[in-house]
Amino acid sequence: MTATTPTDPPATGRERQGEILLEARGISKRFGEVLANDTVSLTLRAGEIHALLGENGAGKSTLVKILYGALEPNGGTLHWQGREVTIASPAEARQLGIGMVFQHFSLFEALTVAENIALALPKGTGMRELSARIREVSRDYGLTLDPEAIVADLPVGIRQRIEIVRCLLQEPRLIIMDEPTSVLTPQEADQLFLTLERLTSEGCAILYISHRLEEVKRICHHATVMRHGKVIAECDPAQETAASLARMMVGSAVHDLDRGPRPEAGAVRLELRGLSAPADGPFSVAIDNVDLKVRGGEIVAIAGIAGNGQGELFNLLSGERLSAPDAVQIDGQSAGRSSITARRRAGAAFVPEERLGHGAVPGLRLSENIVLTRHSTGDGLVRGGFVDRDRAGQLEQRLKNNFDVRMSHDDAEARALSGGNLQKFVIGRELDRRPGVLVVNQPTWGVDAGAAALIRQELIDLSRQGSAVLVISQDLDEIFEIADRIAVISRGRMSDAEPAEAMTRERIGLLMGGMDEGQGGATHAA
Amino acid sequence: MRLELEKRAEHSTAMALLSPVIALALTLVSGAILFAALGENPAEALYVFFIEPLTASWSLQELVVKATPLILIGVGLAVCYLSNTWNIGGEGQFTAGALAGSVLPILFPDFQTPFTLPLMLLMGIAGGMAWAAIPAFLKVRFGTNEILTSLMLVYIALLLLDWLVRGPWRDPDGYNFPESRIFSDAASLPALADGRMHVGAIFALIAVAALAVVLMKSLKGFEIRVLGQAPRAGRFAGFSQNKMVWFAFLLSGGLAGLAGISEVSGSINQLTPVISPGYGFTAIIVAFLGRLNPIGILFSGLLLALSYLGGEAAQVALGISDKTTRVFQGMLLFYVLACDTLILYRIRLGGPAATGKGA
Repeated sequence: MTATTPTDPPATGRERQGEILLEARGISKRFGEVLANDTVSLTLRAGEIHALLGENGAGKSTLVKILYGALEPNGGTLHWQGREVTIASPAEARQLGIGMVFQHFSLFEALTVAENIALALPKGTGMRELSARIREVSRDYGLTLDPEAIVADLPVGIRQRIEIVRCLLQEPRLIIMDEPTSVLTPQEADQLFLTLERLTSEGCAILYISHRLEEVKRICHHATVMRHGKVIAECDPAQETAASLARMMVGSAVHDLDRGPRPEAGAVRLELRGLSAPADGPFSVAIDNVDLKVRGGEIVAIAGIAGNGQGELFNLLSGERLSAPDAVQIDGQSAGRSSITARRRAGAAFVPEERLGHGAVPGLRLSENIVLTRHSTGDGLVRGGFVDRDRAGQLEQRLKNNFDVRMSHDDAEARALSGGNLQKFVIGRELDRRPGVLVVNQPTWGVDAGAAALIRQELIDLSRQGSAVLVISQDLDEIFEIADRIAVISRGRMSDAEPAEAMTRERIGLLMGGMDEGQGGATHAA
Repeated sequence: MRLELEKRAEHSTAMALLSPVIALALTLVSGAILFAALGENPAEALYVFFIEPLTASWSLQELVVKATPLILIGVGLAVCYLSNTWNIGGEGQFTAGALAGSVLPILFPDFQTPFTLPLMLLMGIAGGMAWAAIPAFLKVRFGTNEILTSLMLVYIALLLLDWLVRGPWRDPDGYNFPESRIFSDAASLPALADGRMHVGAIFALIAVAALAVVLMKSLKGFEIRVLGQAPRAGRFAGFSQNKMVWFAFLLSGGLAGLAGISEVSGSINQLTPVISPGYGFTAIIVAFLGRLNPIGILFSGLLLALSYLGGEAAQVALGISDKTTRVFQGMLLFYVLACDTLILYRIRLGGPAATGKGA
């Protein structure tokens, strides 16, 4: 690690114009011992896309919640168009003209688009009138939307449009967007950027929260960087590089990953042969005839937008769901009908997407959560039917040290850990076994940059030692950083895995949208 | 000022232990108000209800007799509830166990050997298991809600008992009273000391000790907790939810069946139309008040047994309906569930005013 460099004074970029809409002065918010926001000041101007950058836990969400009236600050003042205001609730924020598009959608799947939007509006709006307004607004902003469609039938990109249109119907002056592109294909993201451009040209201000630095550089006019609850820097992102922005966020240089030389192709350690499975619920995706070989020494990544069968594929790989006997092969042995325990004994390890409730039990201590996946893998954790707590405690210490898992007190309950630290634990728990086959779903979802870099390096190291690593991820930056070969999953079907060098973002984007190989625009996703 | 519930980062161990104590205190206060409203002196009434039964040797023995089935059923139910299996039918499994175990002394009264009693106990356990197997099968095979099926089976078991003692199993020499014949000595659980206490109390202690070890130390206990708290994580660990449903129902059914045959052969010595003052339902309160922990259930079983004795005492001494027992039991469960909120949340006074002043 290089030493932390003192932060540069706020960089000056383009002249900032536009009327000041919202100004936060010296905002502080304390949660118990933690000062989540420490005298934070922020100025949002009309016609400006303002990026709010920072690692997880830097205090971005707290600040945004204060601006949107969901939290009350302990100190500092808010000024709306020069006038001091208190924003006591989201309803008051909306009255002022502040709208928000959340990262996790708050939509009822069984209702139509118009019904979902009606729920957020004041009572007494007629449904027919509302549908007409939805059509009008969505057409004006290039966000095509059918008010009568049932939400459950719509892909994630369209669901986000609903959130945005819902926000626009309230005619906001300021829109707060939390990680809006995390669920979009590159093409869908481009469409979103056009909408944002249109909005700012009309004098709307946008507060844009994102981890994707390239994107911030491309569309944002101004950026505020937070670290440990404080504003560390303000800058014009166009004048910065992704690396310099990352350095401001993390406080030190983020290591470039060391991928080492690409090894000779090893033996096939994980193979899928025509793996198929019907959908197992109304909102589930059928897996359709998936073929894949993962060799020892390589990382294969499966790209795709959320909800295209990644979870279903993971369950079939892990053995939480069974398939045809030959459809899953671990080190040449048929494992399609083996339990997850048998697959672990055969040398495979699995890390699911959900950390809490799937990968770990929230109310159990970390040492107990180690027993969760390693009770039958010859680690000496269970003797004669009884759990060896001392041994579990030793392993917990080892994981904590080797994978830099931080917690407030020793052997905490899983729910008390931050997302990044819990993810380091959940992945470390499996890496610690040195598995021959590792399947990881969304390895760095919601994890800060420092932890993400550590996890990615560990995955690369494991593969270079001869293990087969299969990564399912929505994060294209991550995939290009670590993958040797890339496949794309779309509505339960998977493209062939091709060398990463041969893949481009555009091609992946087309495959994500369900375009058939080679023939652009043949079938388009709904 | 307003009250706010604030989520704790981790569960509070202190509150997990304090919650039943606070609940008990609130129950006593509410009870005092209730007695006052009935025109009794609250202090005296509470004394009659909760203290007086503890002052005589015979009533202490009676306390153990009543606590025995509560604890046996309660520890079994604790395993169910920890694993997120909602067996509400302890009363039915208790009755089914009593019926199955009584087959020998009623239909074969001359079969009096040293094996009679052990066989009766085994048949009692098997009877309880069989009754519990019905909701387990329905849940695993058809996804039926076990709360409903296990509860409905209670009434079937109670009516079956009623029909048997009034019909085919009625004592031929019993002057047409709806009772079975009285069990022979070879078919009766031996008494402990020289009172009403019987060997069933020892079964209860063994069950508490065995399940305490299983739940706290073994992989099975770990499996029970994991499947109860996070079913998906349980599947990820390689544990089977369906097998756990079977395990929990058969174990709790077997223990309830053992409680049933112990009560009949150790305390009543015959079958009558009513063999339980609702032990199977009260055991649900016992399980929760005892923190679903076998050691805790030992104590909560004794406390709830006391509420039965207190109800009888209040009826005799004060002329109050013994339905007050049910009232106290209900209040206790209500308060303990409410106080359990504090395990994961803390109460905070103050906070921002609810009404905003606007722009």
